[in-house]
Amino acid sequence: MTATTTTTPARGTGDPVLETVGVTKTFGGVHALRGVDFQLAPGEIHALVGENGAGKSTLIKVLTGVYTPDAGEVRYAGETRHFRGPSDAQDVGISTIYQEVNLVPLLSVARNIFLGREPRNRFGLIDVRSMNQQARELMRELTIDLDVTKELGRLGLGAQQMVALARAMSVESRVVIMDEPTSSLEAKEVTTLFTVARRLRDRGVGLVFVSHRLDELWELCDRVTILRDGRWVHTGSLAEMSRLELVSSMLGRDVEEVASEGATEFGESHRRGEEPAMVVSGIEVRNRLHGIDLTVRPGEVVGLAGLLGSGRSETVKAIYGAMHTDGGEVTVSGKKVRPNSVRGALRAGIALLSEDRKAEGIIPDLSVRDNIALAVLPRMSRGGVVSESKIDALVETFMRRLQIKASSPQQKVRELSGGNQQKVLIARWLCTEPTVFLLDEPTRGIDVGAKSEVQALIDELAQQGLAVVLISSEMDELVEGADRIVVLHDGSARSELDSSNLSSSELLRALAGDRAGDDTTDSATDSATDSATDSATPSEGEAS
Amino acid sequence: MSTTEVDPATTNSPEAAMASRARFAALVQRQGAFAIFVLVMVVASFSFDSFLSRGNLTGIAVQASFLAMLALGMTFVIMTGGIDLSVGSVFALGGVLAAWGSQHGTLVAFALPLGVCGFIGLVQGLVIARGGLPPFIVTLAGLLFARGLLLLLTDEGAKTYKVPAGSAFRKLAQNDLLGIPYPVLLVVLFFAIGALVLHRTSYGASVLAIGGQEDAAELMGLPVARTKVLTYVASALLAGFGGIMIASYTSSGVTILGVGLELEAIAAVVLGGTLLTGGAGTILGSLIGVLLLQVIKNVINQVGSLDSDWQAVVSGTILLGVVTLQRWLTRAERT
Amino acid sequence: MTDTVSPTTTGAPAPEATGRSRRVDSDWVRRNGVFVALALLLLFNLVFTDNFATEGTLRLQLVQVAPVLIVALGMALVIGTEGIDLSVGAVMALAAALIPLYIGYGTGLAIGISLLAGVVVGLIAGVLVAHVGVQPIVATLGLMVAGRGVANLFGGQIKSIRDEGFRELGTGSILGIPYVVAIAAVIAVIVGLVVRRTTYGRQLVAIGGNKLAAELAGLPVKRVLVTTYVVSGLLAAMAGILLAARSQASDPTKLGLLMELSAITAVVIGGTPLSGGQVRILGTVAGALLMQLITATLIFHNIQDSWAQIVQAVIVIAAVYVQLGRGTTRKSRTT
Repeated sequence: MTATTTTTPARGTGDPVLETVGVTKTFGGVHALRGVDFQLAPGEIHALVGENGAGKSTLIKVLTGVYTPDAGEVRYAGETRHFRGPSDAQDVGISTIYQEVNLVPLLSVARNIFLGREPRNRFGLIDVRSMNQQARELMRELTIDLDVTKELGRLGLGAQQMVALARAMSVESRVVIMDEPTSSLEAKEVTTLFTVARRLRDRGVGLVFVSHRLDELWELCDRVTILRDGRWVHTGSLAEMSRLELVSSMLGRDVEEVASEGATEFGESHRRGEEPAMVVSGIEVRNRLHGIDLTVRPGEVVGLAGLLGSGRSETVKAIYGAMHTDGGEVTVSGKKVRPNSVRGALRAGIALLSEDRKAEGIIPDLSVRDNIALAVLPRMSRGGVVSESKIDALVETFMRRLQIKASSPQQKVRELSGGNQQKVLIARWLCTEPTVFLLDEPTRGIDVGAKSEVQALIDELAQQGLAVVLISSEMDELVEGADRIVVLHDGSARSELDSSNLSSSELLRALAGDRAGDDTTDSATDSATDSATDSATPSEGEAS
Repeated sequence: MSTTEVDPATTNSPEAAMASRARFAALVQRQGAFAIFVLVMVVASFSFDSFLSRGNLTGIAVQASFLAMLALGMTFVIMTGGIDLSVGSVFALGGVLAAWGSQHGTLVAFALPLGVCGFIGLVQGLVIARGGLPPFIVTLAGLLFARGLLLLLTDEGAKTYKVPAGSAFRKLAQNDLLGIPYPVLLVVLFFAIGALVLHRTSYGASVLAIGGQEDAAELMGLPVARTKVLTYVASALLAGFGGIMIASYTSSGVTILGVGLELEAIAAVVLGGTLLTGGAGTILGSLIGVLLLQVIKNVINQVGSLDSDWQAVVSGTILLGVVTLQRWLTRAERT
Repeated sequence: MTDTVSPTTTGAPAPEATGRSRRVDSDWVRRNGVFVALALLLLFNLVFTDNFATEGTLRLQLVQVAPVLIVALGMALVIGTEGIDLSVGAVMALAAALIPLYIGYGTGLAIGISLLAGVVVGLIAGVLVAHVGVQPIVATLGLMVAGRGVANLFGGQIKSIRDEGFRELGTGSILGIPYVVAIAAVIAVIVGLVVRRTTYGRQLVAIGGNKLAAELAGLPVKRVLVTTYVVSGLLAAMAGILLAARSQASDPTKLGLLMELSAITAVVIGGTPLSGGQVRILGTVAGALLMQLITATLIFHNIQDSWAQIVQAVIVIAAVYVQLGRGTTRKSRTT
């Protein structure tokens, strides 16, 4: 692809500057990492990839001293290290640049670079002049044109990332870890960031680069390590790897492999009505979504697929009115839904099972009963007084129907298992008798038994005529559960699979972005420019 | 977090409009109090002949100096994202201790209140930084504790300690240098030191970093807990010193002073542009906030027909007005 | 942000599970500690305090606690939404100050206007918090300062109120129970029922527990918040009226001073966490009674009032510490 830049064969071959040997980390019985080996050589940019739950973040936190591994060790420059905290790792020369810039926005650029290590004058006070001078030199070295006395918060995000890099340089780090640094940058800023990253590499710094934008990997990185389900899967040169190969090892699917039938609880395809239950047209969200169209018929399960950051969750949130849209419209059963209003969406018959169960779903200190009845309280009341008997009846129905396991309806939801919490939330939404049910990762983080129950339930709901939009990063779930799959890329719907070509291998290709047998669309390599042009065009949704 | 989302560098028009809006928001937040202050000064000087008189201005400055001490400490506390409700009580306690102490010598009049107040600040800081309790509730308890201690010392508020007639301690707040009263000079000195500490020491850098992004500060290896403890100690010491000044000024330890003063200090700091969420703000802004409140008081006193209670109404309204404007502007900037 | 879920999120329940037995214990203490303390203190007084178990003593205690309790009930609702209301003391003063102005037109009218004033202040606070997005502590701080100013403007100095009906309200009784106490009890029952039985009450608790989730579940978050501050204002006004009725005078400079702190203390001691999501009405009642009884016990035994405050300070810290020990390590900043 675009790996034409600078790939010296010697890269990544020196003695590792930072490595993990058999690192294992568990959280309450869940293995986040299992015996992971990882080596970073000086003077290389090393990509670290994997889907959700693969263990990237955990590995990074082990490398930067935020977590202590349960087993295995971290070696820096050949020596075993036991970091007690991030400052320990920093002191030896490991710097981290986070997705959300972890600097202080209200301090100047120079202050941020030297925070905690400011040059002093002979009175022991911070020597601002020499600090600014040193900062300027550093910037010159990195060929960044920037006023170092400017407040950091007034710079663009890209520039802030450069400052974070400059800070890493000023501490003379030998390792720089970049955790999704580009996710909120403009294309131009990305270019500058990469230039600086390469300059650091050429000075012998080892860089770890995490990004969900696949194109960037080939553009910037020399080697790649792939993690899946907390395990090491592959390490190798990126130049020798195709996009499809990368994506298939990320997802754990062989390109040639045929979908194994029966891995999920989903049955055959559903009967669907003819009149669409919901029509979404031209949803625009600045920098996130670019003219998303979607039609769902009653009794149909439409899958939304896409790699991390493709805009799946944003799409359903925008439909539900929980994310501010800049254009487009949603109609349910032919009636226009009030935009940007959760209550409007609910009234129209849309329900959203949010991906983040903890933050956006459960009210932890309320009982199972109160959580289930939450969205329909007005309907369960007369004159503002809640009818306990009505709620009891409703809650009992749903607890039985969804087989929610709780000691009693009065048990606090925080005490339930993840699967049962999820069922409580599904019950909450079913109480509203929705026409369209948006399910964002309904089976993530719940145990196998609950998972198949949830899958069977989705099936059943569709059979009964509910229109379902299903987001999942599990391919089986999508391929077997959905009647159609819309594949998203950088915030636009790039392709669609229907009964004629609905298979794991097709989905894999679509996710990787090279669509065999269809050359009408551009290869995904141009996605950066694509999204740029997309955002420039006014929303088409408003015209229709 | 909202601050990082603005990118003035981009050129297309909606973003540019947003950027200018953001700049306006920042301007209102930082200079709003100053603008109102200037406005009030100008209007007052045209309306009342005596307003710009030396005596009146000196009066304003001296009256403001006590609150200024509290506001200085409060500025640091709020910058770390905390709050200190105890300063009003600690101020009064400091005053009583100083008046009592002055009977045993000027040194005692200084050392005793500073020691006791500093200790209260230390305990509060430790409970907040190490114990992880919310500052609001800890300093609320501090408020009760300090006032209880004060009542205990003064026989339930019945006894008023007098500073001995010839005591050198009286000079602190009653004398002046080249016509400028000592309290005013002290405030200028303390604020200068405060600004220096905030901008030129690693402690100051930590304060700003913690308030801006506590997690980031932690990740950058800054001493978060120690900085917080120091800040609450400093706040209590400054409140105690304010008490020493008022004891010297009134030549007695007045027990009823300081009730509600913590809220006035918070109001001054917020008016001065320091965000209650921490991180942003200026030392000078707080001083202007204090002066603004004091000038409003003075102007209202000058308007003979107006009740002095208008001062509270006007201060409260200005506070709410400025905060509302800040919110609306920052919200417009985000959408 | 939506697409990155680190393994920590999925593993988070684990530490809670392991610490369960300990947590249950401290949870029990948090829920019932206030009742146990109250019972012990009652027992202590029955044994060691002369004339404690007389009708007069008990009645006096209840009459004294009634206004605090009424304010605390409103405060409990506000705290349940993860807010705070500092304006209650000022609202009390305002309500009391309005009485002498309108009492000439009829007792009912005067009371009605006073209550309306409380509603207006609450409405302003609610709109600022819910619609403008000002932090509760700042919004109600501004109203506290301005509100007392307005109260002083109306009421100036102490005014005695001569009205037969009003006097009856303050000093009369029904079936041997003073009206003041009966009103407080009725309000407590009503608020308790509202929290348990009404849509509004359920929604309030849900909003305090997880505002984002409540919003996504389509709850009328803003309306509930505004209502809550209005209720708090209304109840504070009622407490102010009752205090004025008892003393048959209104003293806007003093009335309700520091009441916000007493109310917050009663609520917190009663086991309602400052982080919202729970409202414990019975606990609040017990909390108010406990604070009253502590003060009274110290007075009975000739221990000065000052000690009461110091003891109160220690109890507040201890109560919050117990709450935090429960395992919710949610750090609440500022509020």
